[in-house]
Amino acid sequence: MSVLSVVLFVSIVASVLALSFYFARKAKSASGYYAAGGRIHWSINGVAFAGDYLSAASFLGICGMIATAGYDGFLYSIGYLAGWIVALFIVAEPLKRLGKYTFTDALDANYNHRGIKLLAAISTLVVSLCYLIPQMVGAGVLVTPLLGLPHYIGVIMVGLIVITIVATAGMTSTTYVQFIKGALLIVFSTVVVIVVLIRGLSTAPDQGGRVSFRENQKIAATELNGVLSLEDGTYEFLRVADAKSMRFAGLRKDGRETWWQIVPGGQEGAVILQEAQSVVAKSDGTTIINGSPASKDNGLRQVGHLTVIDGKSGPEAVTGSVGPFKFLSLIGSPDTRVEQWKNVSFTDGQDKVTVYYPVQTPGNKILRPGLRFKIEGKPIDRIDFISLMLALFLGTAALPHILIRYYTVPSAAAARKSTIVAIAGIGFFYILTLFMGLGAMTNGVINLADDNMSAPLLARSFGTFLFAMISAIAFATVLGTVSGLIIAASGAVAHDLMDRYAGIIKSDKQKVFVGKIVAFVVGIIAIALGILFKGINVTFLVGLAFAVAASANLPSIVMMLFWKRTTARGITASIMVGVLSSIGLILFSPTLYTLYGKDPATAPIPLNNPGIVSIPLSFLTLVVVSLLTKKRVANKTA
Amino acid sequence: MLHEPAVTSGKDPAFPFKRKLGARLFIAYALFYAGFVTINLTSPALMEKVVFMGLNLAVVYGFSLIIVALIMALLYSRACLKKEKSMKVGDTAGRIA
Repeated sequence: MSVLSVVLFVSIVASVLALSFYFARKAKSASGYYAAGGRIHWSINGVAFAGDYLSAASFLGICGMIATAGYDGFLYSIGYLAGWIVALFIVAEPLKRLGKYTFTDALDANYNHRGIKLLAAISTLVVSLCYLIPQMVGAGVLVTPLLGLPHYIGVIMVGLIVITIVATAGMTSTTYVQFIKGALLIVFSTVVVIVVLIRGLSTAPDQGGRVSFRENQKIAATELNGVLSLEDGTYEFLRVADAKSMRFAGLRKDGRETWWQIVPGGQEGAVILQEAQSVVAKSDGTTIINGSPASKDNGLRQVGHLTVIDGKSGPEAVTGSVGPFKFLSLIGSPDTRVEQWKNVSFTDGQDKVTVYYPVQTPGNKILRPGLRFKIEGKPIDRIDFISLMLALFLGTAALPHILIRYYTVPSAAAARKSTIVAIAGIGFFYILTLFMGLGAMTNGVINLADDNMSAPLLARSFGTFLFAMISAIAFATVLGTVSGLIIAASGAVAHDLMDRYAGIIKSDKQKVFVGKIVAFVVGIIAIALGILFKGINVTFLVGLAFAVAASANLPSIVMMLFWKRTTARGITASIMVGVLSSIGLILFSPTLYTLYGKDPATAPIPLNNPGIVSIPLSFLTLVVVSLLTKKRVANKTA
Repeated sequence: MLHEPAVTSGKDPAFPFKRKLGARLFIAYALFYAGFVTINLTSPALMEKVVFMGLNLAVVYGFSLIIVALIMALLYSRACLKKEKSMKVGDTAGRIA
């Protein structure tokens, strides 16, 4: 923690809160509170769109995934951006024309049906909560290195600040928070990419001389009947452990027990021990990291660098400043080797051991899909990949917190123009994510315990100012997105459910008051979920939120606009099936089974991404139910 | 309040044109996107092939999906503006009633 970090962090939070109190007087009416009075200029709304959309998932999660899985992380950038095409060409103008405060308004405009009001509001709440989890997890991740505070403190801080933002000035303050944060994020991410390119590539990254590069150690040994004789006599051999067809040796030196990967040494009986990193959960509840008790000063070492650059290594491989294309072509060369780290867990007596070990990956495998998504694997893995890309493409135009931003501008033309500004800003930012992620991968800044911190740690390799600035902006990023999500949830409850469905709101003032209470409650729920889901990659979680949104909302929006035979019952059935099927598939997926502490291979649903089943199912339900109910209406008329 | 429609939409005579154009452009982009997914699934090795200034197909196609999205958005906006002007649609069309 540095004074500068604290000053920048406090400045951003203070600015955001000051803005909220300044705009509070403009948010007395429901229109002011839920839609900023519909008076936001399209250019400001466009940047605010970017601020709303470029969440912790985009910034922290995608950069982290690119840093650890290369191009597979960039697939999220591509999919997220492509989704804006659906928003612009299909959704933007009609939704603006038909709605008032929430997307439920637009969906229900031609039907005035209680079922649509109820289910669309529930869907908004479910999607918003799914999307809130990764944002809150991201907040906790940021606060630890920035302010030296525990994860849960970060989550609670975000929750309280956001409740204040939303409860004081609703959509008006949220818009300007998102505008400022969106602009800052794009500008400073550009700065990070420029300094990464100026630094260039090296096989011994020393962060501009700030830290000395640490090469992994190797020890030659001979093996006889499972006992290792080490050439380096300062180490004592303890035992061998097998895990997933790999072998690891436990060694002791100066009272510290460490784990090393055993690889063949060429001659019979000869082996090489490669230094690994380890986290040992002892039966007494203590944690040992790399042989010493876990503490603030003893964590896993940051990793990630190139061992060969386009066939060269050592001093001759240092490139100096490179252009953006050269940077990508050098990393993607088949003659480049990237040291990545994988992990495996096993039990050692009463202890649970997780060993992180290095692997060499050719550059051409880094800059093409396949490291995370098994596109050359089993058919089910390939279907999973299609499912993810489908959900990313169709999810954006169905996110309630994005759709409500169409009501903050005065006209349909302004809605269209602001979407184009958003596409420009978001597209540019997503191109930057590839450079930031690869920068983290090659500069030795990956935190093995949590890849979400890759971008801020990359910034820290250039000095405290950039780190403090990027972290503070990332924190503001969380604030902006969470504010939008809470406003969406607030509108769903106060406007859709309590006013238009139940009819228990009697005045404009009451609707604003109820919205603020809902914002408080949702904020508290978000805090609890953020603490509960600590440690999960935030981009993965957002991918799931997209799948739920695309399954629950998009079929109704599209069919309502393009198929005249769509009925109110068809829409309600479609939303219900979309929500239930997508959530159900997620709950029984391999990834969630891992989260439950079970073997993912035993998960009843083999897909991690539900979109390929739940989206068509939702469309099909709408068509079938609409056809059936149309007939019934026709019969009654006859 | 209560169960009346939340909003009455304003008239926009250019809307049918915009909807049709939007749907066509959406289909064109969706095909471009589907091509990307298909290559990844059927010929992933093709993605390693260097095609432009030292960049492989994966990077070029990925960047193209982003850049083409912006170009199509600008073309769509221009066509919509032209149509709106020819039909004398004011900037307030679609304003909340």
